[in-house]
Amino acid sequence: MDLGARVREDFPLLQRTVGGQRLVYLDSAATSQKPRAVLDALQAYYRDYNANVHRGIYRIAEEATARYEEARAKLASFLGAARPEEIIFTRGTTEAINLVAATWGRANVASGDEIVLTEMEHHSNIVPWQLLAAERGARLRYIPVTDEGRLDLGALDRLFGERTKLVTLTHQSNVLGTVNPVRQIADRAHAVGARVLVDAAQSVPHQAVNVTALDADFLAFSGHKMLGPTGSGGLWARYELLEAMPPYHGGGEMIMRVDLDRSTYKDPPHKFEAGTPNIADDIVLGVAVDYLRGIGLDAITAHEADLTAYALARLREIPGLRVLGPQVAVDRGGAVSFTMDVVHPHDIAQVLDGEGIAVRAGHHCAQPLHRRFDIEASARASFHLYNTREDVDALIAGLQTVHRMFARSSRVKEEVGGVG
Amino acid sequence: MALDDLYREVILDHYAHPRNRGRLDPSDVSVEGANPLCGDELSLYVRLRDGRVEDARFEGRGCSISQASTSMMTEAIKGKTLEEVRALVAQFKGMMHGQEVADDLGDLAALQGVRKFPVRIKCATLSWVALEQGLDEHAAGHSTAKTTTETGS
Repeated sequence: MDLGARVREDFPLLQRTVGGQRLVYLDSAATSQKPRAVLDALQAYYRDYNANVHRGIYRIAEEATARYEEARAKLASFLGAARPEEIIFTRGTTEAINLVAATWGRANVASGDEIVLTEMEHHSNIVPWQLLAAERGARLRYIPVTDEGRLDLGALDRLFGERTKLVTLTHQSNVLGTVNPVRQIADRAHAVGARVLVDAAQSVPHQAVNVTALDADFLAFSGHKMLGPTGSGGLWARYELLEAMPPYHGGGEMIMRVDLDRSTYKDPPHKFEAGTPNIADDIVLGVAVDYLRGIGLDAITAHEADLTAYALARLREIPGLRVLGPQVAVDRGGAVSFTMDVVHPHDIAQVLDGEGIAVRAGHHCAQPLHRRFDIEASARASFHLYNTREDVDALIAGLQTVHRMFARSSRVKEEVGGVG
Repeated sequence: MALDDLYREVILDHYAHPRNRGRLDPSDVSVEGANPLCGDELSLYVRLRDGRVEDARFEGRGCSISQASTSMMTEAIKGKTLEEVRALVAQFKGMMHGQEVADDLGDLAALQGVRKFPVRIKCATLSWVALEQGLDEHAAGHSTAKTTTETGS
């Protein structure tokens, strides 16, 4: 039995029906479903040892604190970090990137400095840098994306220079599926003295990620995409960078001593974790990590590569359908975005929903990337370990229905505004 | 949910064969509408003569619902006085928000099926919100305006 069929039973939500039909969930790039172990652990926290961390003298508080720090250690080990203190818990990737922009960025980026991004970034890895650049008078530059949906590495020579302070890029595109050669780019960035931030929201859930092998300086990730609860996630950063960075939010838990006119701060990671943290969800993210490791990241990657190759092959059966990004499942994850010539992505998603199939339609928080391909929106099917070839077959059948519905009323030769 | 309620024949027809596509230059009202949810953008042009809509055109891309709604709207407002246009806008928005439909809405009545799909209501109302915004700006002496589905309803 293949991995998808084997693990499906672990995910209660995937057992439900929608409108009397089997739910075909193909939107894991937006958020993943949760295994029973995660659901049970969430309830167990509130039922058995709900207490605030890092302050109680009593036993359940000690238990909660121990489990909280244990989750941090699991994440550190999972990502190949040098020590647990390199993991800062955040609400997810967005907050992690904003934290770096607001702290390291303000301390290190000055007028005339440059930050290099890529054209395939999620808005969460664009807007924080626009805010910083506007504040500091810095300049944003973008590594272009080729027609095939890869980064144009030939542009690095002209983009990287002595003004480059930071190179920030996605490890795996949430639209194109492209897996970027982070190590190669990091080496080039370090050669000019720049720091490297990796948006790993789409890679950590699907492939073995090791911060040392990537030679990153910062790496941001989201718990809810890696089978954990919403509101969990974090930032990994080199400890010496964290030590030098100013705090993010001020408040309780992050201080050594507070006087009326000044305060001193704790060491990382606590310096960056003001207030009561998201205790339950962060602890349970550790349980999600256990689950992923139990299955094995390499097995998950292989399974998703199989599904992606199968989907790419079968999508060719649909007339007028164009897949964005790499057409082969090489250095490519399981996010498959596409357009159809006779129908808008919203209508594709609507008709598929009628068949019990959940896909995303829109710009997927990547408007500049869509403009790069001269479209406003696309439909996206994305896979995780619990998907099967049967799910892909359902998608293809659904798309055939979409095509029948809209091709019938669209016997026009004229260009009706591209897709609509 | 029955998709047939959403994708009525007349809607698919307007989507595949949109009426009044194109620019209008010069125009008295020119307004851009955007739906930040999906990135759809729309430009609407209206030319007036003697207090009536002489011509209306639109450009832009969007889903079947927004394109069909805009196509039908441009047909429906031609020849109407500004007061009649405003009354039609109010009637259409009322229909999309669950009020009883008057029987003189013609093809537009086909869009009431959209009400069963709340996420799509903004697709149907985008051009109407834009039109209303454009008329307000025109009344205030401006010839261009911008709006989004987040500013009107």
